[in-house]
Amino acid sequence: MLELINRLLGRENHSSKTVAKERLRLVLVHDRAGVSPELLQTLKIELIQVISNYMEIDEHALEVSLDSSENQVALVASIPVKNMKRSVQTETA
Amino acid sequence: MGEVIVITSGKGGVGKTTTTANLGAGLASLGNKVCLIDADIGLRNLDVVMGLENRIVYDLVDVTSGNCTFRKALIKDKRFENLFLLPAAQTKDKTAVNPDQMRVLTEEIKNEFDYVIVDCPAGIEQGFRNAIAGANQAIVVTTPEVSAVRDADRIIGLLEKEDLREPKLVVNRMRYQMVKHGDMMSIDDIIDILAVDLLGVVPEDEQVVVSTNRGDMVVMDNTSKSGQAYRNIVRRIKGEDVPMMNLDDESGFFKKLRQIIGLK
Repeated sequence: MLELINRLLGRENHSSKTVAKERLRLVLVHDRAGVSPELLQTLKIELIQVISNYMEIDEHALEVSLDSSENQVALVASIPVKNMKRSVQTETA
Repeated sequence: MGEVIVITSGKGGVGKTTTTANLGAGLASLGNKVCLIDADIGLRNLDVVMGLENRIVYDLVDVTSGNCTFRKALIKDKRFENLFLLPAAQTKDKTAVNPDQMRVLTEEIKNEFDYVIVDCPAGIEQGFRNAIAGANQAIVVTTPEVSAVRDADRIIGLLEKEDLREPKLVVNRMRYQMVKHGDMMSIDDIIDILAVDLLGVVPEDEQVVVSTNRGDMVVMDNTSKSGQAYRNIVRRIKGEDVPMMNLDDESGFFKKLRQIIGLK
């Protein structure tokens, strides 16, 4: 009954179009990432650069991927740390 | 020198051929010299949509393989003397033509026409690469369904890779009643997802079926909404700034009620 009233009033929170849009948004994140694997590669290289300022990491074991669960897409990075740097270099040239 | 526009979509059945025929007829009715190329080799359809199926002697493959000149293969439209069709071959397949041949062909044709419009086959394989080879503009057709929008997104990515930047979007078969009830994605939703420029919206209209049954183009029907939508798109292609049609034919009561309550 409430749903009927909502529909009559034009509320669209759980309408099928909202579901469609949300599903599309998620699937396109994957599709678009899939189109350019070089994007993830570039991201990986830049991540290494930034993190290396703060800690020693195992560059070869570093993994970056997109992971989609029920209702969101997450950027998942697994970065093995070898050692912490004693003094953090914070100079930004 | 004319423009070469490819009409593409990725997914089949969204209205590429209908759009090609209507934009061609619309542009021709404004006095432009227009050549339509059916690039869907093996599944030729633009001829039958335009009612020209009985006039075919030579086809696209005859031209690219050097059997005849393109002028000899062109079929003149019955209604517009400045509208021509280069039909696809029906007995061959997509590999009978390659992108280089299409580039040469469109280069030659556009010297004599204002607009060359290429009807692209569904898919992203060789037929698609053939169709886009000589184009300098792309129109992507989609419908408000998840499958069609997803494929449109893929096609837009591929077009941009081939340096066909800023493709324009036509949303076909829009059903405003369903949009209003929240059961169909709106134009804003689709544009939001695809992030491209909107060229036009064509409402779902039974008159399209009626016209196509007869081999006529709905763009010539002055009473139908879809015809009006196509005429607007044609004017936008010509560079005119035409506002989007208001297709919201909501009858008074609920609209007023919503306004009173303060809901949109």
